[in-house]
Parts: sequence; structure tokens; C-alpha cells
Amino acid sequence: MIYQGKQNIWSDYQKEIPHDHWFYVRSCIRQSFFPASEYFFVKIVRDLLGKDLYESKHHTTCGGIAYHCDTIPQETAMTIVARQFALMTEAGYKNLVASCITSFGNYTETLETWREFPELEARIRENLWKACRREFEKPEYVAHASDIVYMLRNEIAEKAKVRLIDKTTGEPLRIVEHIGCHYSKMFPHKGVGGAEYPCVLSGMVESWGGQVIDYPERRHCCGFGFRQYLVKANRGYSVSNTHKKFESMEPYHPDAIITNCPGCPYFLDRWQYVISEQTGKTYGRDGFGIPVFTYEELAGLVLGYDPWDLGLQVHQVAVEPFLDKLGVAYDPDAKYLGVNKEELLKPTLPTVLKCF
Amino acid sequence: MPDFGFSLSKSSSVSLDSLDLGLYGELERLEPGVKTCMACGSCSAACTASVWSGMSVRKLILNLQRGKDVEKMLGSCMLCGKCSMVCPRGINTRHLILSLCRIYKKQ
Repeated sequence: MIYQGKQNIWSDYQKEIPHDHWFYVRSCIRQSFFPASEYFFVKIVRDLLGKDLYESKHHTTCGGIAYHCDTIPQETAMTIVARQFALMTEAGYKNLVASCITSFGNYTETLETWREFPELEARIRENLWKACRREFEKPEYVAHASDIVYMLRNEIAEKAKVRLIDKTTGEPLRIVEHIGCHYSKMFPHKGVGGAEYPCVLSGMVESWGGQVIDYPERRHCCGFGFRQYLVKANRGYSVSNTHKKFESMEPYHPDAIITNCPGCPYFLDRWQYVISEQTGKTYGRDGFGIPVFTYEELAGLVLGYDPWDLGLQVHQVAVEPFLDKLGVAYDPDAKYLGVNKEELLKPTLPTVLKCF
Repeated sequence: MPDFGFSLSKSSSVSLDSLDLGLYGELERLEPGVKTCMACGSCSAACTASVWSGMSVRKLILNLQRGKDVEKMLGSCMLCGKCSMVCPRGINTRHLILSLCRIYKKQ
């Protein structure tokens, strides 16, 4: 094959991500799971790298969580999405960036549905006008926040205080990447690398000095699956999915997991505690678990922010062994101090999984 | 252990490297038609016994290909032969069931 031909084929897998001027929409569940992640996304992209990122205080949930739990019909979810588009239009922006993977999937699904069924778009416009007297223009570009960090990965690497290297051995840290299903499986061509070469997270890890670890169940779901977790009787499915992933990655001894979805870091993190209690097994070294990070947390660590400011104390799995490998300084006594330096309640320690 | 109200399900993953396919191999020798099965499920749809017993020739073949035991399911078959009539590949499913019974009897 001639070189230009290969270049043409490869270009199909690339995303032309606009460099600036973004309307940022936060996630409803991330703000309770890992609240510092979104704060640091804004801090890194807007304050550190000087990009134009706009937020509206009128923004609400995208409706994706209710839609995927089958509690609202798609038309309702689309009308909520239309309202977010109206907020973006009113603010004068054309590029939408979603913090949540499900929001990204929801926005993309809405736009693709309207492309296929224009009469539905007309009806949603009418619904929105009747509901709140708003009109909107469709965004020119919809990205996930991890696309932006992927685009800026080399700028972040230039400003890095530490690299993803084991300071005792000098070897790259072994990182497992886990891409959210609603990013890579609903509309694979909308993600960086498409279905065949999804590299949104592996690109970050490699730019920041780490080594990406492949393992058999790499593309398996984390187990959240909405109703799998939200209906208590189904939670066995959720934890079994996670268990399958950990059993599969265990022989490769990863140092950490990086994720770009709200649910994945939460469930890969919390289920390690449940699995340890139910089976007596832990997957990290010396009785610890494998720490799970959002891409903003990992970017924050690389950029030298304080681990407790990044909210790493809200993780179930202890992050201290990873911080020690990375050579990041931290104050163990400050772990459970809030942002105002007031003492937070200390959690009860698990019986099997080693934590601090 | 705390009572979470839910527990891990048994893994259904199949390791092709560690499977014992002796039973399936023996069946292939006695009823070579089993190799042509495309798992369409017509046999299961037509099965009289499936409604009350979960009998399914399709499931039976798949389980054998995964090295699982199917003796319990065999007991549900009434040998009515409807599955043979509907099989688009013309597999003699009745003979397949009888062959399996003979294999188990020998064991």
C-alpha cells in the first residue's frame, strides 16, 4: 500500500477537535462521585492553558441517566438536550463539550436521530418553545472533555512536574485504560481512533510517560450498566462484570487504571472493596487494590497539584502506594481535611482491602 | 462478611484452551450432521418439551461445544422428532439425541 493511502485511511480515525471556544456542560453524577475532577478540568484548560471555556449556571442534567434507566421517553430527553443547545446558542458558542460520557452519547444520539428524522427535530423545537420559549442552533461540534485533554496532552506534558515513571526503578508505570461504553460503542466513529484504535486515554498515558497495558477484557464494560446497578437485585451482574475485568488484568500487574466515564472509575474503585469482602481477594500488591483515576485526576497529578485537592481521598482504594511510586509529595495527616481545612469524617476501614 | 444483598455470579467465560471436548468428538463420530448446525434455534422453537423443561437441541449442541455436561437435559426429550422436521440443515436431531444417550450409557 502506498504511504498516502495509509494516511488517508488513518485520517478516518482522527477527530478534528476545535482548539478553542467551548461551551462546557457538567455531569450530574460526576459532581457527587469525583467532584474535584470537573473543577480541575476547568482549572487546567481555562486557567492554566488559557482556553475559552464557558459555563452556564442554568445548565441541568442532560436527561441521559433517566433515559438509559427507561424512566423518561427519548422525546423528553431530546427536549432537555435542546434546552442545553439553546443555552449554548444564547451564550454565543458553537462547540459543545460534555463532561459526562453518557451526556456525550446522548447529545450525539439526539443529533444523529434528528439527521435521520428531521420531522422529529421540528417537533422538539416546538416542544422547547412551548415549554420555555427558547430557540437553538445545533452545535457545530460535540466533544467529550477527554477529547479536549487528549488534544492538549502534549501541552500538559510540557508543563508536567512529574512523569508517569516509577521513581524507584525508572521504568514507566503500567497503566490500564478503560474507555466508557457511551463514548466508544454507541457511535465509535465520533471518538478518537474509532472502534478499532480508540486512543483517547492511551494517547494521554503515553504522552505523560506511562506504559499502556493490554489485557483480554480491555473493552469489557465496567459493570455500571445503569439498571444493573440501580436495581439492587441486579447488582450481582454489575459486580460480576467488574470481577471479570479484574481477573483478566490481574496477571499484567497494572499500577493504576485511567477512565473517562463517570460510572467506570466509581464502580471499578468501589467494587474492589465489595469483591475483597466477598472473595477475600485484592488485586494490587501487598493487600492494596488497583487505584482508579479519572483523566483529570491523572493530569492534575502530572501537573503537580496536591493529591488531596484533586479529591483522591474520596477513592475507596488507597492511592498512597501509587503516589509513592510516582514520587508525589503528600501529607497523610491532611487526607481527611476539607478544602476549608476542617476535619472531614474518617471512613471505617474495610476488613480485607488495605486502606489508610 | 457484610450482607450486601447481592453477590458475584458464577463466571460464564469459556477457556477454549482447557476444554474437554471428548463428548462432542464422540458425538461427531456417531452423528456427523452436528457439524453443520448453525445454531438457528428452529429446533428449540419447535420443541414440545421446551415450554415446561427448558429442553433445547441448540443449547445442547452449544453446551457440548463448550465442554459442558448435558445429561440432565437429555432426560427432557420426548423423541417426538419435530426438531428433525424443521431443521434447515436437515440434521437428524433424533439420532443425535439417541447417540448422546448411548454415549452416556456406555460411560
